[in-house]
Amino acid sequence: MNFSWMAWTLPTALFFGTIAALLIGMAVWEYFSPGGNPRHGILRFETTRGDRLFISLLGSGFINLAWLGLIGPQLWWALALSLVYAICVFRFV
Amino acid sequence: MEKTWNNRAWFLVLPVLLLVAFSAIIPLMTVVNYSVQDTFGNNVFFWAGLDWFQELLHSPRFWQALARNLVFSGIILAIEVPLGILIALNMPKAGWGVPVCLVLMALPLLIPWNVVGMIWQVFGRVDIGLLGKTLSLLGVDYNYVQDPVDAWITIIVMDVWHWTSLVVLLCYAGLVSIPDAYYQAAKIDGASGWSVFRYIQLPKMHRVLLIAVLLRFMDSFMIYTEPFVITGGGPGNETTFLSIDLVKMAVGQFDLGPAAAMSLVYFLIVMLVSWVFYTVMTNYGQES
Repeated sequence: MNFSWMAWTLPTALFFGTIAALLIGMAVWEYFSPGGNPRHGILRFETTRGDRLFISLLGSGFINLAWLGLIGPQLWWALALSLVYAICVFRFV
Repeated sequence: MEKTWNNRAWFLVLPVLLLVAFSAIIPLMTVVNYSVQDTFGNNVFFWAGLDWFQELLHSPRFWQALARNLVFSGIILAIEVPLGILIALNMPKAGWGVPVCLVLMALPLLIPWNVVGMIWQVFGRVDIGLLGKTLSLLGVDYNYVQDPVDAWITIIVMDVWHWTSLVVLLCYAGLVSIPDAYYQAAKIDGASGWSVFRYIQLPKMHRVLLIAVLLRFMDSFMIYTEPFVITGGGPGNETTFLSIDLVKMAVGQFDLGPAAAMSLVYFLIVMLVSWVFYTVMTNYGQES
């Protein structure tokens, strides 16, 4: 089967590999600690750890876009900021 | 009795997972791959990095189309949701009027989108259309082909005509599911019509309203067929929404890289706004 039409590149493969690894990691976490750890954080509504991952990924997308639009194409600092944001989401949301 | 955990039931989800993989995940992956490359066809691609995203984020064309989309969705929600609730509240709850009203409400929803666009395109024409001709005979300066305000009004009225029924049917379903005991209790307490609406009907409708707002937001934010048929995005670019711009870019200009980048940003915005709506309305329900 020829998948050349999908136009894979190493950076996009790494990107999707990371997303897949995160999902597998969440599944393993759920296996060892079932229930999703629901709680009320600073947003004052209930979130599970799946919600917190979603908020982290969505927010990271916008952080990277904002960095790209306002500062420039060097996204390593945006990635670092996204990681800090994700840690804060998992800690406080 | 201790519950036995059996995770083999998850295999039942496998067919759906495969279907979603082929219909959504693989195309999405392809769009991500295209968004960082350039192509002139024949499956030959050149690395472009983040150039398309940067170009998009600095493009006035993109921001103007996004602003039009947000304004359009805002106007549509502001009109269709209250109007839908108002019509649903006034629909009969029993008797022969119920099926008549339900059929009348369902009729616009059964018409294909391009046909709706065609109906309103002809209806609004100043030379032969019933609406356009009547307005011009009444001395109203109406021409949706030349005037941006008229084009917007035509598209908004068309959307309200086409989709308010959906909000009505959802609200009506919510209203008829309220037990009579609530109304009897309100009557004993001497509650006013407004109080009945505010403290009984509206809270009981919030689940269906959540669905209505979400569906109408997503649908209006991704609107393509009707404005494309009525105005083709014009006059000028005044009714060019993101979806129309996207198709022009991808199909008209064959700029697959920039179109893929735009699709992803569009996708992120739809996800964000839908998530905000969903979260706010779900939690409003829990608090009330």
